[in-house]
Amino acid sequence: MSTSTQVAAETAAEKSAGRRRKPPLSEGAKAERRLGWWLCAPAVIVMLAVTAYPVVYAVWLSLQRYNLELPNEVKFIGFANYGAVLSSPYWWQALWVTVLITVVSVSVTLVFGMLLAIVMHRTLFGRGTIRTAALVPYGIVTVAAAYGWYYAWTPGQGYLSAAFNYAAPLTSQYKAIAVIIIAEIWKTTPFMGLLLLAGLSLVPEDLQKAAKVDGATGWQRFWRITVPLMKPAILVALLFRTLDSFRIFDNIFILTQGNNGTGSVSILAWDNLFNALNLGIGAAISILIFICVVIIAAVYIKGFGTAAPGTDIERR
Amino acid sequence: MAAVSTTPRQKAGWGTANVVVVALALIPVLWMVSLSFKTPTAILDPSFVPSQWTLGNYTGILHTATFVRPLINSIGIGLIATFISVVLASMAAYAVARLRFPGKALLIGMALLIAMFPIIALVTPLFSIERALGLFNTWPGLIIPYVAFGLPLGIYTLSAFFREIPWELEKAAKVDGATPFQAFVRVIAPLAAPGMVTTSILVFLACWNEFLLAISLTSTIAARTAPASLAYLSGSSQFTVPTGPIAAAAVVITIPIIIFVLFFQRRIVAGLTSGAVKG
Repeated sequence: MSTSTQVAAETAAEKSAGRRRKPPLSEGAKAERRLGWWLCAPAVIVMLAVTAYPVVYAVWLSLQRYNLELPNEVKFIGFANYGAVLSSPYWWQALWVTVLITVVSVSVTLVFGMLLAIVMHRTLFGRGTIRTAALVPYGIVTVAAAYGWYYAWTPGQGYLSAAFNYAAPLTSQYKAIAVIIIAEIWKTTPFMGLLLLAGLSLVPEDLQKAAKVDGATGWQRFWRITVPLMKPAILVALLFRTLDSFRIFDNIFILTQGNNGTGSVSILAWDNLFNALNLGIGAAISILIFICVVIIAAVYIKGFGTAAPGTDIERR
Repeated sequence: MAAVSTTPRQKAGWGTANVVVVALALIPVLWMVSLSFKTPTAILDPSFVPSQWTLGNYTGILHTATFVRPLINSIGIGLIATFISVVLASMAAYAVARLRFPGKALLIGMALLIAMFPIIALVTPLFSIERALGLFNTWPGLIIPYVAFGLPLGIYTLSAFFREIPWELEKAAKVDGATPFQAFVRVIAPLAAPGMVTTSILVFLACWNEFLLAISLTSTIAARTAPASLAYLSGSSQFTVPTGPIAAAAVVITIPIIIFVLFFQRRIVAGLTSGAVKG
């Protein structure tokens, strides 16, 4: 899986490198190349050792019957694990929950993040205080915040539960998912807001003023000037948030442990590994999640065009 | 930048917006702080402000090995992983920002892929590999993956910072008679330092926050980190749900973050946005 994407990236890199220079390399250029490779080598080795090799190993594991409780029955079984996962209602249930959480939390975070960015950018006073306050949810340990939400919604203990007539939302599927989404939104809106703030500050003030003189309303200026100019920033922020949200684990693990049909695909994989001790099935789920992430990234990067993150470095 | 004339109505509007933002950001945190000061009976009273105050939850957890040891692990693992990944990332970022060499696009692409990697996909194989290598439930067993996941973040932010450095100053210093070493130490290092501090903070926050690998690649307090220990504080309950101690532990692991944020607010913002938004 990863090897094929790498090969694709490699050929792309070769192409762009080939375009840049044809004449034979001078001694200086050769030395520069060598220095570049040496400086990158340690980082590349660590990243490959921790990701590429394990992914290959995960593919291998996913093709075996491998249960830690039955160590003598390890056997190569081809794609049977994938068949078992893809025909299981648990996988589709978890995938639906993950997609639901991702779509709702990312879209709400985008709106709130934009509002937060506008407040941080435009407010007349207390800009420093706002930024500091907004950074708190970003920096806080997700698990610690999740406990806060958990107790807030525990009947008899929590202020939010008490405020909603002693509700116990964590015990029913969709209400629990709503709480999980709220926890996600609270945690990630500041990150979105800061990324959008950076985009917002790139929008030239003169353009806004000119449009104002021409009689454009605030709403028109926002949709016709601010949003188009911020498109790259918005797309980058959305890509990061979507992929991050798709691998949601911490909040669900603390809030519901995935009970009552609230588990994400990551929770499902973890359960199969650490509760059922089934490495084969766990690995197959992991690979399927990886494939989903690649698909999401591919769709976004197609939408990006040249604005994909990293390309600015190449355009140097 | 700011509006030329500000009416009282505008002032009131922005004032309200400010208050809403601060309240939304801080109320969940204050709730946790409030819980951590509640006595066991006050916990069963859902009011936001404790009816009875106690420090018992804090003294309790700070005398519990199942929390103190993970706290030490978190600090140690976080600092070591941050140091290694910032050093390695600086080397790579210098090359990306200043040198021409084939494979640069590949490096960037790989870093991007890893930054977005679903970590769960690595849990199964890493669990298996680390048990075979004897790295399971050890400090290096967490440090190595943390370095790997800190690297993309480090390479991105640092290469953005390094591209902003006016490198001609190095030549100028040499013309003025400085040795290459002096030029580096006196001119370039001070300019690069803020970026490296920022990157270190971001990488450390990521390590401090990490949960999935921390609960999957450890089995005892020998290497378990503080966030992972929270889940086990709840598991160790005998007769009552240890709400108070968990809240106190959550506050303890949050304090360093609040301090970082207060001191380095500007840098964190600069670091978060530098790598991401340039196109």
